[in-house]
Amino acid sequence: MKKPVLIVSLCLGIAGFVAAQGGTVQLQAAGATFPAPIYTKWFDAYKKINPKIEVNYQPVGSGGGIRQLIAKTVDFGASDGPMTDEQLGQAGFKILHFPTVLGADVPSYNVPGVNTSLKFTGKALAGIFLGTINKWNDPELTKANPGVKLPGEDIVVVHRSDGSGTTYIWTDFLSKVSPEWKAKTGGPGTSINWPTGLGGAKNDGVAGLIKQTPNSIGYIELTYAIQNKIEFGDVQNSAGNFVKATLASVSEAAAGAAKDMPEDFRVSITNAPGKTAYPISSFTWLLIPAQIQDTGKREIIKGFLNWMLKDGQGYCEGLAYAKLPPPVVVKEAKAISLIK
Amino acid sequence: MGTLSTTAGPARPVSRTQALLNLLRDGDELAHAVTFAFAATILLITILLIYELWINSGLARHKFGFSFFYTSTWDPIFGQFGSWPFIYGTLVTTAVSLTIAVPLGIGAAIFLSELAPPKLSRGLSFIIDLLAAVPSVIYGLLAVFTLVPIMRSDIEPFLKKTLGFLPLFKGPAYGVGFLTAGIVLAVMTVPYIISVSREVLLAVPQDQREASLGLGATRWETTWKVVVSYAGVGIMGSIFLSMARALGETMAVTMVIGNQPKVSASLLSPGYSIAAVIANEYAEAAGNLHLSALTELGLVLLLLTLVLNALARILIIMTARKGSGVQGQ
Repeated sequence: MKKPVLIVSLCLGIAGFVAAQGGTVQLQAAGATFPAPIYTKWFDAYKKINPKIEVNYQPVGSGGGIRQLIAKTVDFGASDGPMTDEQLGQAGFKILHFPTVLGADVPSYNVPGVNTSLKFTGKALAGIFLGTINKWNDPELTKANPGVKLPGEDIVVVHRSDGSGTTYIWTDFLSKVSPEWKAKTGGPGTSINWPTGLGGAKNDGVAGLIKQTPNSIGYIELTYAIQNKIEFGDVQNSAGNFVKATLASVSEAAAGAAKDMPEDFRVSITNAPGKTAYPISSFTWLLIPAQIQDTGKREIIKGFLNWMLKDGQGYCEGLAYAKLPPPVVVKEAKAISLIK
Repeated sequence: MGTLSTTAGPARPVSRTQALLNLLRDGDELAHAVTFAFAATILLITILLIYELWINSGLARHKFGFSFFYTSTWDPIFGQFGSWPFIYGTLVTTAVSLTIAVPLGIGAAIFLSELAPPKLSRGLSFIIDLLAAVPSVIYGLLAVFTLVPIMRSDIEPFLKKTLGFLPLFKGPAYGVGFLTAGIVLAVMTVPYIISVSREVLLAVPQDQREASLGLGATRWETTWKVVVSYAGVGIMGSIFLSMARALGETMAVTMVIGNQPKVSASLLSPGYSIAAVIANEYAEAAGNLHLSALTELGLVLLLLTLVLNALARILIIMTARKGSGVQGQ
């Protein structure tokens, strides 16, 4: 009995070893969970065009992606928030940021008796999340929603309990529109000390809590809201217009910010200029080392980035992501040459 | 060569390798060595775990010292971390779950072992053992969709109306909070108490019961004063087993506790527990201090578990006595 088992396992071992030498180039990547669905789709589509290339993407979270990139356990990373100067300093090697798609946060609420889309000013949202505005019929809310009967009930705030790029975008916007928010909480972050509110895990947790709790309000990702057909309100942008988040209005925000965008693309586009720009939008980035020793890997990454900027963007709409506006695409195409 | 023939021949000097090979070929010695290695591995893993937690929490320990245990701010942006709300939440939810599960569990175990007909007892026990095997995420989902709405619209308002004068039941009824988390934990841990207690009660020797009845005790007096106290140590063991599960329970708790790091006397208030915050924040921890503080929280939970288990052991030693099923050491 022993001898055949030994022979069979030896054969399987050799076969496996041989199969693994197929000649494919494997790239390792890790990072943000928000764009994971479209990245997976892209890597899959790119493999169909270039069968010898395989990218393994692990959605461990933006923080994890940055850590692994700095530790050089992955070839490139992905993050919903740009790396801080401190993190770039820790890396010891130059890292380039490449925006891929756009995401946005929308205010979702559950107010019994209200079936229309509510309008929120930046001040209103900041006050609600600070806990200073605590009833639905507060003047800041009734002013923006004339003709809507808002009840005099307490507002129940819902936020994310897990650290997330979604929270980063939301707190970034609130920090810009409310000095009081910035002073109290210290500015944008993936995880903060919330002044008030219940915490739900991930978009599902937040949406679930909102649906179940009367008189509640919280923030969820636009992609999630579209895919799950969740109603949400309009937010006032820097031009003073109340804008509903759509894939178009989100791309508008990036276009509005394109003029003054820094060369390294590390920019926040919340509260961006533009009449129809949606104010709570953000890029998500791929983090690529500026110097890649392996020629094969370097060419693959550059080829992928070029493909992503042209054909890759075509996949956005189907998966409910907002695509990069033309001015940003042009700037990025030039930046690809910086990878040596 | 003599009347006794033994397998051992006259002693011959053997080389050390030969001696080792002889050792390995002998089944007993090999079994001894292998099982010892397994036992040692468990110990080594525990030591490694504590070591890793200690090293990785170094940054936070040096920055905060003992104040980590009693400060209440948890602020990743300003770099202030205090674990009191999480310790409080863990202790409160465990206490609530034990308050509900222990009487329920022991009562059910007594029924199943002493009073129920054997067929019913076996059938129900089988179902209860299945309940113990259900993954905690399932309990969490069940709680979110069924328990939370009932708590918010019926049970919590009822408690506020009748017992609202107590500081335990003040504040708005969200449906999520310490009480709901405690109830979910009770539902999850009651099968352990029932299952183990029932086994221990069944193991009480029949002559104990007979002797008691022979002395004129009623059925209930026998059950409570003789059988249960004989099985007391085992029952306490089951309670501590369920407490250990409740302390570390993560998914089910984070779905129904509200995830707000708040210390409040009211059971209706949302709160947070150590396991829940680690599960929520670890993956995207912003920076090394945050990561280190979360690791220190893990160390705190480990310490809490060890302390409570040590207390359990002491309790068992103190209450074990002659005529009971277990010898205290």
